[in-house]
Amino acid sequence: MSDLKKIKDEFLTKLTGKLNLSEINQIKSDLFGKNGLVSSQFKNIGTIAESERKKFASDLNLLKDELQDLINSKISEVENAEINKRLEKEKIDITLPERSFVRGKIHPVSQTIDEISSIFSEIGFSVEEGPDVENEYNNFTALNTPDNHPARDMHDTFYLDEKKEKLLRTHTSPVQIRTMLKDKPPFKIIAPGRTYRSDSDQTHAPMFHQVEGLHIDKNINMGHLKGCLSYFIKEFFEVDKLKMRFRPSHFPFTEPSAEVDIGYEIKDGKIIIGEGDQWLEILGCGMVHPNVLKNVKVDPIKFQGYAFGIGIDRLAMLKYGINDLRAFFDCDYRWLNHFGFDPLDVPTNYRGLSR
Amino acid sequence: MKITFDWLQDHLKTSLKEKHLLDQLTNIGLEVESVESLSADNELFKVAKIIKTEKHPNADRLKVCDVNVGEKEFIKVVCGAANARKGLITIYAPPGATIPKTKTKLVTAKIRGVTSYGMLCSDSELNLSEESDGITELSTKYEKSIGKSYFSKSKSNLIDLSITPNRPDCLGVRGIARDLAASGFGKLLEYKEKEIKSKKKQTLKVKISKEKNQGCNAFGSCLITNVKNIESPKWLKDKLISIGQKPISAIVDITNYVMLDINRPLHAYDADKIEKGIIVRESNSGEEFTALDNKNYKLEKGMCVISDNKGVLGLGGIIGGIRSGTEFDTKNILLESAYFDPRSIRNTAKKLNLDTDAKFRFERGIDPLSIESGLNKAALLIKEICGGEISKIDIQKIETYKSKIIKFDTNLFEKISGFKISIKEMIKILENLGFKIKKDKKNLKLTIPSWRPDISQEIDIIEELVRISGYNKIATIDPIKERSKSTLTQTQKLFHFLQRSIASKGYLEAITWSFTDSNYNKNFKGDEKEIKIVNPISSELGVLRNSIFSNLSMYMSKNLDRGFKDISIFEIGPIFKGSNPGEQSTVVCGLSAGKKNRLSWIENERNVDVFDVKRDVVQTLVEAGYNSDNFFIDRETPNYYHPGKSGRLFLNRGKDQVAAYFGEIHPNILKAIDIKTESLVGFEIFLDNLKIPKKTLNDQKTKFVVSDYQKSERDFAFIVNKDVSSQDLINAISVVDNRLISNVRVFDVYEGENIPESQKSIAINVTIQSSEKTLNDNDLDKINKLIIETVEKKTGAKIRS
Repeated sequence: MSDLKKIKDEFLTKLTGKLNLSEINQIKSDLFGKNGLVSSQFKNIGTIAESERKKFASDLNLLKDELQDLINSKISEVENAEINKRLEKEKIDITLPERSFVRGKIHPVSQTIDEISSIFSEIGFSVEEGPDVENEYNNFTALNTPDNHPARDMHDTFYLDEKKEKLLRTHTSPVQIRTMLKDKPPFKIIAPGRTYRSDSDQTHAPMFHQVEGLHIDKNINMGHLKGCLSYFIKEFFEVDKLKMRFRPSHFPFTEPSAEVDIGYEIKDGKIIIGEGDQWLEILGCGMVHPNVLKNVKVDPIKFQGYAFGIGIDRLAMLKYGINDLRAFFDCDYRWLNHFGFDPLDVPTNYRGLSR
Repeated sequence: MKITFDWLQDHLKTSLKEKHLLDQLTNIGLEVESVESLSADNELFKVAKIIKTEKHPNADRLKVCDVNVGEKEFIKVVCGAANARKGLITIYAPPGATIPKTKTKLVTAKIRGVTSYGMLCSDSELNLSEESDGITELSTKYEKSIGKSYFSKSKSNLIDLSITPNRPDCLGVRGIARDLAASGFGKLLEYKEKEIKSKKKQTLKVKISKEKNQGCNAFGSCLITNVKNIESPKWLKDKLISIGQKPISAIVDITNYVMLDINRPLHAYDADKIEKGIIVRESNSGEEFTALDNKNYKLEKGMCVISDNKGVLGLGGIIGGIRSGTEFDTKNILLESAYFDPRSIRNTAKKLNLDTDAKFRFERGIDPLSIESGLNKAALLIKEICGGEISKIDIQKIETYKSKIIKFDTNLFEKISGFKISIKEMIKILENLGFKIKKDKKNLKLTIPSWRPDISQEIDIIEELVRISGYNKIATIDPIKERSKSTLTQTQKLFHFLQRSIASKGYLEAITWSFTDSNYNKNFKGDEKEIKIVNPISSELGVLRNSIFSNLSMYMSKNLDRGFKDISIFEIGPIFKGSNPGEQSTVVCGLSAGKKNRLSWIENERNVDVFDVKRDVVQTLVEAGYNSDNFFIDRETPNYYHPGKSGRLFLNRGKDQVAAYFGEIHPNILKAIDIKTESLVGFEIFLDNLKIPKKTLNDQKTKFVVSDYQKSERDFAFIVNKDVSSQDLINAISVVDNRLISNVRVFDVYEGENIPESQKSIAINVTIQSSEKTLNDNDLDKINKLIIETVEKKTGAKIRS
C-alpha cells in the first residue's frame, strides 16, 4: 500500500467519527501543517522517479482536495451545530411588548379643512386667508349689512373696543372683501378659518370654523353655484347619490340667496347622508350682491358670481358621526385620540379623501 | 312667525292640503321651522279651581292644593307657585298630558313624600307667553267652565315660520297668503275693508314735533268712547290660542289680532288718562316712565316718545306705559296707528335692551300705507265687541309716503338665474305680489308695493322672480376641472407641513379657543399687552391669547387630572399682539408631560426633558427643508421657560427672527397653575418668522456628489470653561477646513472628578474626508493640529491629553 493510500484510509476513518472543532483543526494541521503528512508528501515530489512523478502528483492533489473538502464540510457541520445550539439558547419570549412608540393625531377639523381644500382645488379654487380680528367695516358694512340692519342681530358679536369698531370676525365673509380689494377679477377662492359668535350651548360654540367660497367672473350664474355645491357635497360625503335642496333665504351680502339642505336618514343610530326624507341645513349661499361688488370696486355690470359659507365643524360632525360640537374644543385626550386622524392620512386628489 | 292653515284661509282660497302648504312655504323662502300638533293633547288641559291650599309638610316652598277639576272628588296637586291660592281659577294638566314647553309627559308622582296627581300650569309651560310668574290666573268668568277643556279643538296645526329680516310683510298672515297665491298656491282673497263712518271729531289733539331726528313721521288715531272692555268672544280667543297667544281682554286681543293678521301694530290708550293731548317728540335726557312690562326705564336724549302734558306715555313703536294702559274698566280709548322709522326704533331698543313684538316689526319696516286700514279694522271690531262710539280718523304727518319706482331690464333675469321665463310670466308673478307694472319693450317700469321696504333695485326683482318661479328651475352646471393658480401658497403649504410633521412625532392636535382666561394668559404673555374682549361669554374667556400655552397648559392639566400621565399635545393657530386686524401671528405650540418609557420592561424610564422637545423642533424644521448646519441657538427665552433649561433657535447665525423657543416650563408656572406631572416641556415655532424656502423640491436637489476616498474619524476631548457652549466648539471645528471636515459630533460631556470645578470636558468626534484623494498620516496630523489650535484659540479650551 502506498503512503498516499495509507494516509487516505486512516484519515477518512478519522473524519467520519464524531469530532469537535479543535479535533478537526488538529487533523487539519496533522495533514496540511508545515510538517503535515500531506505537506511532506508534496516536498517528496522531487524525489520521485520521473516516470511515476506525474501520477504521484496527480494522486496527491486528488487526495489533498478530497481531504480538504471533507475537513471543510466537517467544520461547517460542526459550526452549524454550534450555531444551532446557541440559537436554541437565545430563544426569547417574542410576545413581550415592542419598544414603546407614540402616535400623534390630526384634529378632525384640520382633516376636514384639508379634505375641503382638496376638493375645491380640483375645480380651480385657491385658498385665501384673513385675520381673526376684523374691523366693523369688513365684517358688516362692506358686506351690505350697515349699522342698524336687523341682520346684525343674527350675529352675536365679540367686540374688542367700546366703539365697536374692532371685533372677532363673525363669519369668513370678510375674506371676500379683502381678496377683492387686493386683486382684480376674476376671483375663485375658498377661505377656511376660525369664526366667533358670542353664544354657547350644546349646538353653539363661541368659536367655530367656516369655509367661505367666492367665484366672480363674467358670466357666472346660479346654475354654476348649484353645480359647484352639488359637486362639493357629493365629493365630500363620498356618495354618488345625493338628495339636495336649494331653497330661498336671505343674507344681506348675496341676492338671490339660498340655503342648502341635504337629505338624510338615521339607520341603526347612524346618520346616512343622501338618502331618506329628512332635511338637514348645511350651508348658505347666493349671488354676490351688487352693493358688495361696488364696495370693493368691482363693476357689477361686467362681473357677477356667487359666494357661499359652510360650517366646517358641522360637516365634520356629519361625516364622522360626532355628536357634540363642544367636544371639538375641549381637548380631551381620549376624544382627540378617538376622532383624530393619522398624520400620514393626507387627503389628496389622487389617492382620495379617505383610505 | 306662527300661523295656522285655518287662519291662512281667511285670506287664501285653496284646495290644496296642509302637507303641500308646508313644502310650498319652504320653497318660496318662508322656512317652516316646526309644525306642532296642538289638537291631540289640548283637550286634556282643563279649567280648574283651587279649593284649599296647605303648606307641604316637608317643603317650605311647596303647597298641597285641593283642586276642583269638575269631577266629584277634588284632586290633590302639589304646586310650587307663589300665586297658588284658595279660589284661584287656573289650568290643570292631568297625568298623561304632555307639557307643551318642556315636552315632558306627566305621571303621578310623589313630591317630597306627597302624591301629586298632575300639575297646575303656568302660561309659559303652555307656550302662551315667553316667561311667566307663577301659574296661570283666569278671570272669574271661567267659573262656569271648570272641568272643561281650556283650549278649543283646533283642526289646524301650529306652523312656526322663520321669516328672514327682509320680509316684514310676512309678519302678517295676509302677507304670507299673498306670497303663496303668487306662487300658484291658491288665490288671494280680496281684502274687504270697511271704513269708519263717523261724524264725530277726534278731539284729543295729536302733534308730531318737528325735530331733526324725529322717529315718527305719521301718527293716525281715533277715539272710541263708552266702550265696555270685556273678555273676547270665543272666535277671537280661539284664534289667538291657536297660534299660542294668551287672550287678555277684548281691546288688547283685537289690537294683537290686527297686528298678526295684517302686520299693523296698534296701541290702545286709556283716553281719560291722557293729559290734554298727545305730543310725539324726542325724549329728554333722564326722563323716566314705567312701561307695560312693569319696568322703569330711564331715557337718553333723542328717543322717540309719545307723551302728554305730564310726561312720557310710552316709547313709540316699542312699548306703551302703565299710566295710560287699558284695563277692564277702561271706558274711552285712543287707538294709535303710526309709522316709526326703523333706525330710530332699533337705536332706542338697543340702548334700553328692550325687545317687543312691535319693535321687531317696526325695525323691519311697517307698511306706511296701512295706518288707516289698521284703524278701520280694529275700531270696528272694538265697537262690535265692546260697544261705544268711534270718532273720525285723525292723521298727523310730517312726511308723505312716495311710492318707489324702478326700471327693470328683463334680460337680467336669465343672466343671473341661468334659466328663462317669459315676460308674461314675470308680469304675472309681480302683479300677484302687488307690483304695478308698465311694460316698455324689454323693460318693465315697476311701482313697488308700499309693504316691501326690502325692494329698491333690479336684483331685488330678480330675487322675487326666482323665488316664486322656484329654485328647482335652476339648472345644475357642472364645474370644470381646471386650475389656473396653485391651490396653496408657500406659507400655507408650510403650515400644513409643520402641522403634520409635529403630529407625526407623537403629538395630538388640539384646537382651543382663540381667547382664554386672563389668569392663565398672564403666565405666558411675556412682554405682550393683554387684549380684552369687551363682551366676553364669561370671565374665563375674557382675553385674546398672547400665547397658545395659556390654553394648552390648562387642558394639559385637565387631561393629567383625568389620570393620563405621559401626554403630548399641540396646536397650530393664531396668537394676538394687539386688537387691530393683522396684529396676530401663527404659532405651532406643543407641550409634553410626564416620562418616556414609563413602566417599560426593556428600557429605563426617564422624565421628558428639554432635549426631547429640542429634537422635535429641530427635526421638524429639518423635515420642512431648513439646514440644521446653519441653526443658531442661544438661551434668551421668555420668562415662562426655565431660564437654564430652554433655548431660542434661529435658522442662521444672522439671528434674523426667532424661529422657535423650546424648553422646560418655568417651575413657578407649574406651581401657579397647579399642574401635576413629573416634567413639563414645551416649544413654540413661529411660522411667520420662517423664511419660505423659495426653491422647489426640484431645485433643492443639488448635483449628487460623493467622495469614495477613505474617511477617517478622530476623537478629541477638550476642557473648557462651563460657559462655553458645545455649539461654539462645533462651529470652531466646522470652519477649520470645510473641504475636509465632513461631520462633527459631540459624544460625551463630563464634569466632576479630575476636572476643575468651573470647567467641563467635551468629547468630540470629527469625520475627515477629502473629495480628491486618500489622506495620508501627514495630512491627518496637519488637520488634527489645526483643529486643536483653532479650538484652543477661539474658545480658550485645552486639549485633554
